[in-house]
Amino acid sequence: MTEKTKDILFKPVIENNPIALQILGICSALAVTSQMSVAFVMCVALTVVTAFSNFFVSLVRNQIPSSIRIIVQMTIIASLVIVVDQILKAVAYDISKQLSVFVGLIITNCIVMGRAEAYAMKNPPVASFLDGVGNGLGYSAILMSVAVVRELFGSGKLFGFEILPVASTGGWYVPNGLLLLPPSAFFLIGGFIWVLRVFKKDQVEEEEFKMAPNTQAAEAV
Amino acid sequence: MEHYLSLLVRSVFIENMALSFFLGMCTFLAISKKVSAAIGLGIAVVVVLTITVPVNNLLFTYLLTEGALAWTGIEALSTVDLSFLGLLSYIGVIAAIVQIMEMVLDKYVPTLYNTLGVFLPLITVNCAILGAALFMVERSYNFSESVVYGFGAGLGWAIAIAALAGIREKLKYSDMPEGLRGLGGAFMIVGLMSLGFMSFGGIDL
Repeated sequence: MTEKTKDILFKPVIENNPIALQILGICSALAVTSQMSVAFVMCVALTVVTAFSNFFVSLVRNQIPSSIRIIVQMTIIASLVIVVDQILKAVAYDISKQLSVFVGLIITNCIVMGRAEAYAMKNPPVASFLDGVGNGLGYSAILMSVAVVRELFGSGKLFGFEILPVASTGGWYVPNGLLLLPPSAFFLIGGFIWVLRVFKKDQVEEEEFKMAPNTQAAEAV
Repeated sequence: MEHYLSLLVRSVFIENMALSFFLGMCTFLAISKKVSAAIGLGIAVVVVLTITVPVNNLLFTYLLTEGALAWTGIEALSTVDLSFLGLLSYIGVIAAIVQIMEMVLDKYVPTLYNTLGVFLPLITVNCAILGAALFMVERSYNFSESVVYGFGAGLGWAIAIAALAGIREKLKYSDMPEGLRGLGGAFMIVGLMSLGFMSFGGIDL
């Protein structure tokens, strides 16, 4: 593996994370994280779609007239999502029921569209494929870490296996019900971004208003 | 009548698109810094949803679902199930309707067009729009239910984004920790709002 492919593949995971930094694809990222198995399937589905849509868009990038490129990208993405959706229904019906509309919503997931537009339109197929995989991994990293926290502390399980024995079945752990509710995902991702920005100072956003230092205390002395 | 009213209340408050299903989050966070812009986008979403959900409902009942083509009277078509083409057709319909709306508004209601202008194209890739169509199919609403649902879902989203913009406009003067400035803080606010909206869950109609 050369230095460049490594860069393409792993940069999006931490340094240029699609969710935390590019604010892409949060739409469906939050709703599927209350259980790890569901989140995992979602991650695989999204990574596959992003990688292949990047690959195919990049293959035809020189043939697409720029005025209709969005609709061409949309068609490629929608067809891939249909394939993924049908496979999920055939292989893992229960999980596809739990994901409900969110598999379909991969179409409008900004990561897929964003990478096709920003990267695949300008780069050769193999590099685009890797970029798709990398961004899929970046998305998965955030999704899985949110899912670990939510499932472990919300129901004491990981991937459905009991880790912390729950009080209702005779154990000692009283699950935090909040973590199974939708709002917790917002807090977790918000906290995640906070932590990330503490370590990566350059990602901090500019302040809109500078606070003037309070002079009253000084005058009082 | 009562049935529709309860459906409306449910889609606006209890099953709020933005705050309990996280749909349309990208635009929700990006365009919520100013109240005026947020309201403009909110109105556009209401209009687009009220039109696209019923149209997709017709498309689903008369073209895609199993046995939907029976009305053509052709024997061979009466058992065809095209529902796997759903995703592709809904997104096509949404893109086409947004485009048509843009042209119609430009011609007949230029003032509204100028207010919505920038936001209309953005709406095609807003997951709230496609999400509403998919929920409509999943919950098998009929035509009149889908009109009410489309309007309600849009209204709920609009209320949520307007409220968020109001809060963020006040909060920009506050002294937040560095890492929470901007996006991180917005997530926390949305989390609190979502918690607040959960209290509607107790309403039983």
